[in-house]
Amino acid sequence: MLEVDGGIVFWILSFVILVSGFMVVSLKNVFHCALALVLCLFTVAGLYILLDAEFLAAAQVLIYVGSVAILLIFEVMLTSKLADKRITQSNDQALVGFFICTLFAVAAYLLIKFNTIWYPLAKSALPSDNILTIGKYLMTEFMLPFEVVSILLVAALIGAIALARTEKS
Amino acid sequence: MFETFYPILFLVLFATFLAFMLVAFSIILGRRTSLGKKFQAYECGITPEGSTKDPVPIKFFQVAILFLLFDIEVIFLYPWAIVSRQLGWFGFIEMLVFIVILLVGYFYVLGRGALKWD
Repeated sequence: MLEVDGGIVFWILSFVILVSGFMVVSLKNVFHCALALVLCLFTVAGLYILLDAEFLAAAQVLIYVGSVAILLIFEVMLTSKLADKRITQSNDQALVGFFICTLFAVAAYLLIKFNTIWYPLAKSALPSDNILTIGKYLMTEFMLPFEVVSILLVAALIGAIALARTEKS
Repeated sequence: MFETFYPILFLVLFATFLAFMLVAFSIILGRRTSLGKKFQAYECGITPEGSTKDPVPIKFFQVAILFLLFDIEVIFLYPWAIVSRQLGWFGFIEMLVFIVILLVGYFYVLGRGALKWD
């Protein structure tokens, strides 16, 4: 098996995430934005695998790439003229926004640079059998939140039906 | 640990490569003619009707949203499945409660006729 340095994979994944994320907020066709978001979410799953969080990666692919993306694309297709429309993804405050974002980026960079070592730190912090740990905690210590999740899902089901219901009468 | 995901990595790389190659080959090797019919959507030999930009019925959206919710339900089964043997009946009953609560929602969906396709 050939050895690949995790750092290189990290940089490639980060690059794809940033490029696709930029595409989401800059493309003119809203349908293309949705497709770029799919790529972005899928690459984030790759990042989770790199951090040994396989369960999170599976959840990311199953829920975000698998169904949130489908939902989003249906939404675009549902709203009639939107799929075809050229959108302008900027406004009058673009210059101010750029300035503030740059300020935040520099501040974040300095903080990260001097305070944390992201990649190796996260890698060593997580046990390799983390799905076992998740399962154990979910079923014992966090039993009540786990059951509440099902009630939340039922509430969402009823809400979805109530909202999307077509009146027969 | 990352090594176990090499097959998926290669699959993604190969799929990307294949997609680009197929488009590139058809651009390089294909002859380009600009007949009017070539710009029509392929509809199994039948002349297409209407526009492709028409809004889709809300039913698709409804099914997609239900799929999303049951997808979230399924994701909770994975951590449970890993520890189900350790937990035994306790974990089983816990999961049963989880499923039964969701089953109520499922029967509500069925009762409202949300999955009927007419």
